[in-house]
Amino acid sequence: MTTASLRLALVGAPNTGKTSLFNRLTGSTQKVANYPGVTVERKSGSFVTPEGRSVTVLDLPGTYSLRGRSPDEEITRDIVLGRFKGEAVPDLVLCVADATNLRLTLRLVLELKQIGRPMLLVLNMIDIARRRGVTIDLERLSQELGLPVTTAVAVRKGGVDDLLKRTDELMARVQEAQAASQWTAPTIADLKAAQREADRIIAASVTLPAKPDTLTNRIDAVVLHPVWGLAILALILFVMFQAVFSWAQPAMELLSDSFSALGQWIHDVLPEGWGLLQSFLQNGVISGVGSVIVFLPQIIIIFLFILLLEDFGYMARAAFLMDRIMGGAGLHGRAFIPLLSSFACAIPGIMSTRVIDNPRDRLTTILIAPLMTCSARIPVYTLIISAFVPATKVWGWINLQGLVMFGLYAAGITSALTVSAVAKFFLWRDHAPAPFMLELPDYKVPRLRSIAIGIFNRAKAFLYRAGTTILSMMVLIWFLASFPTAPAGAEGPAINYSFAAMIGHALEPLLRPIGFNWQIAVALIPGMAAREVAVAALGTVYSIEGGKEAADAIGQVLAQKWTLATALSLLVWYIFAPQCASTLAVIRRETGSAKWMVVTFVYMLALAYVASFLTFNLAQALGIH
Amino acid sequence: MTSDPNNSQDIRLGHADRGFVGKITRLDALVTGSSLSPQELEQRLVEMGFVEGARVEILHEGTIRRDPIAVRVDSTTIALRRSEAMAVIVE
Ligand SMILES: Nc1nc2c(ncn2[C@@H]2O[C@H](COP(=O)(O)OP(=O)(O)OP(=O)(O)O)[C@@H](O)[C@H]2O)c(=O)[nH]1
Ligand SMILES: [Mg+2]
Repeated sequence: MTTASLRLALVGAPNTGKTSLFNRLTGSTQKVANYPGVTVERKSGSFVTPEGRSVTVLDLPGTYSLRGRSPDEEITRDIVLGRFKGEAVPDLVLCVADATNLRLTLRLVLELKQIGRPMLLVLNMIDIARRRGVTIDLERLSQELGLPVTTAVAVRKGGVDDLLKRTDELMARVQEAQAASQWTAPTIADLKAAQREADRIIAASVTLPAKPDTLTNRIDAVVLHPVWGLAILALILFVMFQAVFSWAQPAMELLSDSFSALGQWIHDVLPEGWGLLQSFLQNGVISGVGSVIVFLPQIIIIFLFILLLEDFGYMARAAFLMDRIMGGAGLHGRAFIPLLSSFACAIPGIMSTRVIDNPRDRLTTILIAPLMTCSARIPVYTLIISAFVPATKVWGWINLQGLVMFGLYAAGITSALTVSAVAKFFLWRDHAPAPFMLELPDYKVPRLRSIAIGIFNRAKAFLYRAGTTILSMMVLIWFLASFPTAPAGAEGPAINYSFAAMIGHALEPLLRPIGFNWQIAVALIPGMAAREVAVAALGTVYSIEGGKEAADAIGQVLAQKWTLATALSLLVWYIFAPQCASTLAVIRRETGSAKWMVVTFVYMLALAYVASFLTFNLAQALGIH
Repeated sequence: MTSDPNNSQDIRLGHADRGFVGKITRLDALVTGSSLSPQELEQRLVEMGFVEGARVEILHEGTIRRDPIAVRVDSTTIALRRSEAMAVIVE
């Protein structure tokens, strides 16, 4: 046995459970969801087999063929063909198939056989196949394919025991001479022949139950109904935003009260003469970072909804329902899921545009993804909505705040579609977007564990940001807002003499036409790093400014200091403004040039300014103060 | 299998209604409204399992102009637009 670890690669059609297997084998928590195209990167992990072999395993994007049509499929192709830079060909290819739906993977298996690597076919999701009464003659299948075959249940403990055993057996023989790759890109005739061969093998080794499972079809009869389907989609989004406001309230109040108490406690505990430290902790850290952390419950609720829908299998259906509308705006059929992921955060959304084959269509999708309402906008929106929109009920049951939130999301979607349509009209008029072709997976019962892991990962990322980006920005702001200190005998709040005020006042003329005061100007600059920073910065600036409201929560302070026109203008600003450095960096990386990063920044900034200008002036003209 | 292009039994899947059940007789990507080249369209359809002899059924259709459609192809369900489904000849 060599000491070098053996390399395994997970290859298969999309949504067959490769990432679930990867997580089960390596103990990782990579993203798993019930739609095709979740994984768009190569991920590496390691584990030790029962016989003590150390193994490195690669999780790869799903693909229907080795053709490499889109950037994600190219990764898979290059890895298995040994073309990927810095990555040797895998010692063993684990070909993962969905046992309930073998057709497309088996054709891929026939294609993969040509690369001449040792291979093991894993029939995953065998639990579902068994429950449905599908019987698979493993011996026959193995014989027909000329490959070892095993079954697995990636999502169950012990579900990969057999797979591990077979891996050990195969690994013991892996040193045997390996044939060179015979792979050449298949022609259409080859593909058809391979599919027919796959179908023949399936007919010979798989027995379907007399009564097929029709549950997915029955659910779809409602969910994809021409009328009810769209109504249900709208209802789901609507309930989601109502929930964000109604369910999160108690938890938010608890958090916000705890932070005030903590601030007060620090105030009381620190001895006289420690004023500077006390101000730093109370105004900088607690009023700043604390004002962002308060929004954790809402982030969790939004993700709970998104993760449930993803695991259930609804995302592909939503793409189906929205296809004509998206196509009308000049978007590629597969743009929907990346855009939907951008509701969480534009960064994974932009990454997942890798499933789009046409570079132009992919670029359009990347450019508009930051307009989708990401979760970092939630603190900003919620803060302003809670301060300015009364929590009354419309028609007795609709929470008005939730309704406004829903409207802001709708505005984000509408503007994204409009930008796409405009871009298509002016830039790429001759270019017809590529069609929509997507596998609709069977529904699955959402798995509690994976939902919990998903929420935990998001919450962790949120708190991590609060503790790093936001905290460091707060230190900066606190410093700028506290120094230089006011001269002796000066009038008004000390902050008026600080650097922050100087910067804010210098920028104010630029922002006055859209209704922003100097405090907002100060908050927007560090807010370029991340959107939530603005909330924290406002918290710090107003809390250092002090006055009789200093002890109140930031929301109440804003309600007293801003006009409604200013608040509306800032809300609209946040629909468009490119206030996220990481998103811009990802755009640069994924498009391979700084040009599109600059384009995104400029167009979003311009849209934000114009839209806020119109909103502010319209609001004033209507007499809203 | 019918190969006569003028066979009156031939229907393009893109024209079929919801509930249609049939068998693929051949692919003909030359005259569709798709933005893809015939070669590319045919290849994609084959990759998604649309090959001669496969059983197809139109399960669902979209709201606007009954487009896109969800098609059961043997054991898989594929959503696609009618303009691409035009390349699939069924009987
Ligand atoms: N019941 C059951 N569900 C499974 C099993 N393996 C995976 N799943 C579910 O199948 C869905 C797809 O799993 P993923 O691991 O994301 O599939 P993937 O192959 O990585 O998908 P792509 O990255 O899109 O190619 C998820 O909803 C999983 O929870 C299994 O063995 N049994
Ligand atoms: Mg995956």
